[in-house]
Amino acid sequence: MNFKVLRLLVLFLGTTFVSTTGFAQDDDNKAIITGNFQLDGQYYVEDTAISAVVPDQNMALSGFGNILYRKGKFTAGMRFETYLPAPVGYPAGASWSGTGIGYRFAQYSDELFDITVGNFYEQFGNGQIMRTWEDRGLGVDYMLDGIRVKARPFKWAEMTAIYGKQRYNFNNGTQFVSEDLGQGIVRGINGDFDVTSLLDSVVNIPGQLSIGGSFVSKFQDNFSSRYAFPENVGAGSARAKYNIGGFQFSGEYTWIGENPSSMNSQIVNIPDSLDPSVGLWATGEGINLNATYSVRGFGLSLTASSLANMSFQSQREAGAFDSWINYLPATSVLQTYLLSQLYPYATQPNGEVAYRADLFYNFKRNTALGGKYGMKLEVSYTHINSPEITEVNDLNTSRNGVEMSLFKPGDELYFADFNARLTRKFNKKFKGSLFYQHIVYNNDVILGAYDYQNIPTKGTVYADLFVFEGNIKFNKKNNVRFEAQALFTDQHLQDWVAGVIEYTVSPHWFFTVIDQWNYGNADGDKFHFPSASLGYIKNSSRISVTYGRQRAGVFCVGGVCRVVPASNGLTVSITSSF
Amino acid sequence: MKPISILFALFLIATTQSFAQDPVPSVVVKDLTGKSVNTSEFSNDGKPMIINFWATWCSPCKRELNTIAEVYPDWQDETGVKLIAISIDDARSQARVLPYVNGSSWDYEVYVDTNQDLKRAMGVNNVPHTFLVDGNGKIVWQHNNYSPGDEDELYEQILSLIE
Repeated sequence: MNFKVLRLLVLFLGTTFVSTTGFAQDDDNKAIITGNFQLDGQYYVEDTAISAVVPDQNMALSGFGNILYRKGKFTAGMRFETYLPAPVGYPAGASWSGTGIGYRFAQYSDELFDITVGNFYEQFGNGQIMRTWEDRGLGVDYMLDGIRVKARPFKWAEMTAIYGKQRYNFNNGTQFVSEDLGQGIVRGINGDFDVTSLLDSVVNIPGQLSIGGSFVSKFQDNFSSRYAFPENVGAGSARAKYNIGGFQFSGEYTWIGENPSSMNSQIVNIPDSLDPSVGLWATGEGINLNATYSVRGFGLSLTASSLANMSFQSQREAGAFDSWINYLPATSVLQTYLLSQLYPYATQPNGEVAYRADLFYNFKRNTALGGKYGMKLEVSYTHINSPEITEVNDLNTSRNGVEMSLFKPGDELYFADFNARLTRKFNKKFKGSLFYQHIVYNNDVILGAYDYQNIPTKGTVYADLFVFEGNIKFNKKNNVRFEAQALFTDQHLQDWVAGVIEYTVSPHWFFTVIDQWNYGNADGDKFHFPSASLGYIKNSSRISVTYGRQRAGVFCVGGVCRVVPASNGLTVSITSSF
Repeated sequence: MKPISILFALFLIATTQSFAQDPVPSVVVKDLTGKSVNTSEFSNDGKPMIINFWATWCSPCKRELNTIAEVYPDWQDETGVKLIAISIDDARSQARVLPYVNGSSWDYEVYVDTNQDLKRAMGVNNVPHTFLVDGNGKIVWQHNNYSPGDEDELYEQILSLIE
């Protein structure tokens, strides 16, 4: 830690201490310090068989600590971050290294105003136009550094204005090093209005309606001597949500101005080897629609979403994980079973047409199917297609290379997922569930399935997954949970089985043993992926030690889910809140 | 290594210090109809409240809330406790929150913390994370993780609040 950082820390803690002791009179206006932290240490062992990467430094240590200071309407906070170095495959985008303060802010908020200076996270609508967010498990941090003002002049209105510079990486303890890539400036305004309460005194409309809209713009200098890249790129969005009875309808539409970037240059093969970031000079469009009907014991949700040239990053040459202004999550359901994680869908911001239906049903107690305790059914279907792309091929003058329309599907299936789960409690000691999933995974597009030499599999993978999960409660504190999983496919690495056994002693201990076995791999070695974890929890603190081979993906152990990179070796993880 | 020692110092503070009786921070979350609600308005008429962070993609969270759902009517009768479930689902899975909550026949008060503002303000690392708030609105106990049986420990904490 350098001197400047240390001085800041001392100053910060000093101020905090003085104000805590000095002015702690009124109970409601008492100064409060809270925080949380996480520390992950890894020791890598060589495992060439599965191409596990061992970094030059065979140990990795990363962590962060947040400290928040609150007093009445005032809040200040900072995050100390350390990557010495970051674990393999972390973060998701540009590198994070060194030790320093990666986040600091001061905020004043009352009923009317909320003003933040420094770093902040903000989301407009569903994020399709702008969402600056963090996921420390993934190694994602798109926060802004600048000013945010929120105003709530009426009960029915909230308005937000932001102006800031986006975090790109964390270079040797300093954030925002991006001289080569430009400023990454993001500006925006947003308004959300509760129409029902606005009109409350005038007319009484049935149901509840809210609407909103945003405008966001980014600025980056044009460094090219060859192309007149737009330095300012604007985007707008409009949204509405309506509730009536058991129904809910919501939708958001987003439009982005001409935004040539290295991301959208991949829509068509641009014949311009001199400047790969030339991109398409086309506008972007995105829409997300949802209808839900739900009553006690029954829920149904239908989602339709379509994107065309929707990548919106604060830097023209940003990589696939860097400097995202907007948030385009996958329409598919996030599955957490180990073998399901072999084929996770990734949104195609350059264009896709996606549909999803979700059904939730609770069979009542004391019925034939429900039994004594009732039974749960969950069914979900996701279908994602390519967009129809008409190539204009005017790559010299307008550079408006393609035409796409929302919800106009092309011929290529990107992804499909049908899954169903039944969960039932049989008696006081035993709960069980059955899960089935059928996956269609176009790896030529998604590029998420690799072989053991780290080469992406060609073509489409068709897989069927079966899971039986059970929970045996021996007594008040001792419990065993197990998962038996089997995945069948003729493509990629072919058939797998996996087993999980988790023994917990409430409220402090957990012990988990996992093995994933690629037994059906006819083209290569039939690898095992064994691992064991031991953990201790006390109140809001948790420490765990894991040894073994791990594949990348969402990893759930001891009751907590987070994303971990592929590795072989020893991992120690500590999290705590105070 | 200095950073490690600082983090370990924080860990020691965290594990040895008794809970600071802090009030719930004031942050705007959305109810399931999309209406903004300030968390400072959370109240239960002087009776205890449970604030539980969960997500539709988090299996242990759902196991915890479904287990508590079975005994929730008894808990309410005996202690008057109210459970507030804070979903940290983002735009990816938010459309599943309302049908899941109703489909599971939960009687909890449910809010969505779509960009994790409340999660950050309350220092939550991972879900599930449960806070117990006393009748004066002060956080008196918290627990990370869920293992079957943890709900009994939570209930004992609630009972100790109402004596």
